[in-house]
Amino acid sequence: MFCEKAMELVRELHRAPEGQLPAFNEDGLRQVLEEMKALYEQNQSDVNEAKSGGRSDLIPTIKFRHCSLLRNRRCTVAYLYDRLLRIRALRWEYGSVLPNALRFHMSAEEMEWFNNYKKSLATYMRSLGGDEGLDITQDMKPPKSLYIEFFLSGPMSKRLWRI
Amino acid sequence: MHGRRVSESSAGAEKFGWSRAGLEQFALLSSRFQVPRLRPHELPVLTACCSGVPRCLAGRRVSIRFLVSEKMTEEPDFLGQDSDGGSEEVVLTPAELIERLEQAWMNEKFAPELLESKPEIVECVMEQLEHMEENLRRAKREDLKVSIHQMEMERIRYVLSSYLRCRLMKIEKFFPHVLEKEKTRRDGEPSSLSPEELAFAREFMANTETYLKNVALKHMPPNLQKVDLFRAVPKPDLDSYVFLRVRERQENILVEPDTDEQGDYVIDLEKGSQHLIRYKTIAPLVASGAVQLI
Repeated sequence: MFCEKAMELVRELHRAPEGQLPAFNEDGLRQVLEEMKALYEQNQSDVNEAKSGGRSDLIPTIKFRHCSLLRNRRCTVAYLYDRLLRIRALRWEYGSVLPNALRFHMSAEEMEWFNNYKKSLATYMRSLGGDEGLDITQDMKPPKSLYIEFFLSGPMSKRLWRI
Repeated sequence: MHGRRVSESSAGAEKFGWSRAGLEQFALLSSRFQVPRLRPHELPVLTACCSGVPRCLAGRRVSIRFLVSEKMTEEPDFLGQDSDGGSEEVVLTPAELIERLEQAWMNEKFAPELLESKPEIVECVMEQLEHMEENLRRAKREDLKVSIHQMEMERIRYVLSSYLRCRLMKIEKFFPHVLEKEKTRRDGEPSSLSPEELAFAREFMANTETYLKNVALKHMPPNLQKVDLFRAVPKPDLDSYVFLRVRERQENILVEPDTDEQGDYVIDLEKGSQHLIRYKTIAPLVASGAVQLI
């Protein structure tokens, strides 16, 4: 059936737990694009026949193929976009330099997207004010320093206070 | 006076598990900063501090001036003159500035869409942080004072970072809608994006579009190569429900219920009351500051 491969791409991402980036399925993507090409060519020839040969019974088939094409496109764009969102999350979790294991899972274009995103974020942070701006990827949790130790002079001098 | 300040800020503070007792005791503590000798019964088991910015840092109140004008585009003017556009100066103490920052932060966290940008608050807070850092560097190593000031600085930095992160996240999530709104904004309306955020949003959009085009779209049949991101990326859900506290009394708010059986009805919002209501109904009130999202 059509769009099987595209669905598999989406399912693959759906199965990977939130935040994890599976390896880039280049093969799968290529197959989906080939299927789209084949469908489109079949449609082109049918459209010509329908117009010139007056074969209006081909129209439902044309519509069906067109729907499959749209579905394929939607699935691929969803797959790629979701991967981008996961990669974006990596920047906030790991910082500017990604661990090697993750880098192998990304395609070259994804790496380029990541570098551009990093640059854009860095420009924004630098513009925030002061000389160096504010690094907002730090301070992810409210500060909770536990204790300050100090001694008192005078009558309480023996004890170590902690607040 | 300190007691009153504590009760105002404790609602937000309690979210993070700061105890009321700890807050009250720190309020006492901060009023006695100058004196290193502290009476023992005043030393609390501090879990955290309230957000009163230590006024005694420099020994005097520091005034922040910024122009409040219709256009909201001017830089803070520290020489302070009334410009002819009918703008006024607002002089804020650091404590009030931090309060405004926290209000903006909570509003941004709980609102489903990107709110108006507040560049003047961000700039003033950054300046305050710089002053505090400078003062700390000059101060001698009196442990208690220095540590507590450092804690305070870290807290303010956290709130500011969290606020900016929240905004960035919303910009990235709704980027086509945010950019479209900015394009169709009329002059004189306040912008929901600062210039830097606008640049960031544009770069993000260009980056994503280029990526999708190069990896997939250009290999697709010619009639399918354009993807309308405005329709593909979901819009912010303005119908989601939010909690709010009313700061100024409002009358005659029109509420449209989501089921068809009930008709529209009108409610009044009393000052100090708390409600759970659809965001769409009260969106303009959040922008004007009449309600506070909690």
